[in-house]
Amino acid sequence: MSAFISRGFTGRRRTSAELAARLPPGQYAETGFPVLTAGPTPEVPTDTWRLRIDGMVAEQREWTWEQFGALPFETIPCDIHCVTKWSKLGTSFGGVSVDTLLADAELLGAYAMAWSYGGYTTNLAIDDLIGGKAWVVTEHDGEPLPREHGGPARLLVPHLYFWKSAKWVTGLRVMDHDEPGFWEMNGYHNRGDPWKEQRYWTD
Amino acid sequence: MEGTALLDGLTPVEQRVPGRWQIGTVTHIKRETPRVKSFRIALPMWMPHLPGQHYDVRLTAPDGYRAQRSYSVASSPLDEGQIELTIDRLEDGEVSPYFDDIVIEGDQVEVRGPFASYFVWRGESPVLLIGGGSGVVPLMAILRHRRRGMPDVPMRLIYSVRTAEDVIYSGELGEDAVLTFTRDAPAGWTGHRGHIDGPLVAGVASSLPGATAFVCGSNGFVESASKLLLDAGVAPERIRTERFGPTGQV
Repeated sequence: MSAFISRGFTGRRRTSAELAARLPPGQYAETGFPVLTAGPTPEVPTDTWRLRIDGMVAEQREWTWEQFGALPFETIPCDIHCVTKWSKLGTSFGGVSVDTLLADAELLGAYAMAWSYGGYTTNLAIDDLIGGKAWVVTEHDGEPLPREHGGPARLLVPHLYFWKSAKWVTGLRVMDHDEPGFWEMNGYHNRGDPWKEQRYWTD
Repeated sequence: MEGTALLDGLTPVEQRVPGRWQIGTVTHIKRETPRVKSFRIALPMWMPHLPGQHYDVRLTAPDGYRAQRSYSVASSPLDEGQIELTIDRLEDGEVSPYFDDIVIEGDQVEVRGPFASYFVWRGESPVLLIGGGSGVVPLMAILRHRRRGMPDVPMRLIYSVRTAEDVIYSGELGEDAVLTFTRDAPAGWTGHRGHIDGPLVAGVASSLPGATAFVCGSNGFVESASKLLLDAGVAPERIRTERFGPTGQV
């Protein structure tokens, strides 16, 4: 840690000790829900929406909106952390566990690329997607997920920086090797663990 | 290196990594608007950025408490050894009021960068820039760099502000900039008034066929500007956006 002190800085937005313990290094608590997207917001009608599991799997899977709605639905209370420094504490999403989605696919690879309407991609190790750590969500705080936040459905991987939680997700492609997604090709860390402050390539 | 040569020298991105934390010195402060100031910062470990990139700024209190934020670079990478950060004061913020109230010329600030390599200009031509409020900051880096190094690239800026006193870089906006005032236009203003709309965006877009568009502002502004660009026939893959929020205005 450097010994540098910012002259005259005392910090006016300190959070309570209880909340501060939930903030990863370099993050601050934000009560709103900022939107960050690299391009225009895609419009994805639910009647043509599909979610697909493909790639290195013994059994490809695909769901329509209706079929997806019949899968076991969970409410997921969580804290989310954006690489641009804000964290939203004590929020909640509703959706289907990735464990459920992958259950019958029989995986032949240890990596996955999440891909989205609009062309966004992000890579994840299967280990970061299974074991109750990742969901495809369609609700935020009990309401349908707004389009600007990835509606009708986005990936939710709250233990990693939020760019891994791909908005407008339409598929998980299982791969036998790791490959960088959109932000991972553009300077951001391959895994993105907020507690290790893995923001950028060199972190 | 000038202009194109410099941009060529900055690619490919695969070979570029951001710098480490370093202590810069504020060499010049310019008040832009009642809420906005620009800070020239000399960096001991400066490296050229791509127009559109940002730096992280880290403040440290005597007891070790820290706050970090990201700010876009407003200057051209042709300004060797220094960067300019233009900072919009957010009342409930922690870092921007510090810069507005406390920082004076000669102060030291801890920064790290440059970062991000999607909302960047790599010399694509032509270029359409659309900024709302302080969303003009990264666009100014593009505009300044083009003026200094690549003046032949067709480029226009559409800049939406509330009132005349909210115009950042007012002395630098020339014929390549189209302003619109969403609240009060200055007396005698004959240009566009109100929020950006279809005719305004389509008009400028039609003068720049095949343009790559860079849109920056609050979420609502970016949503509406990118939709107007799509309506004007700009392909989605040619629209790059940068949003701040949730409290961004204009």
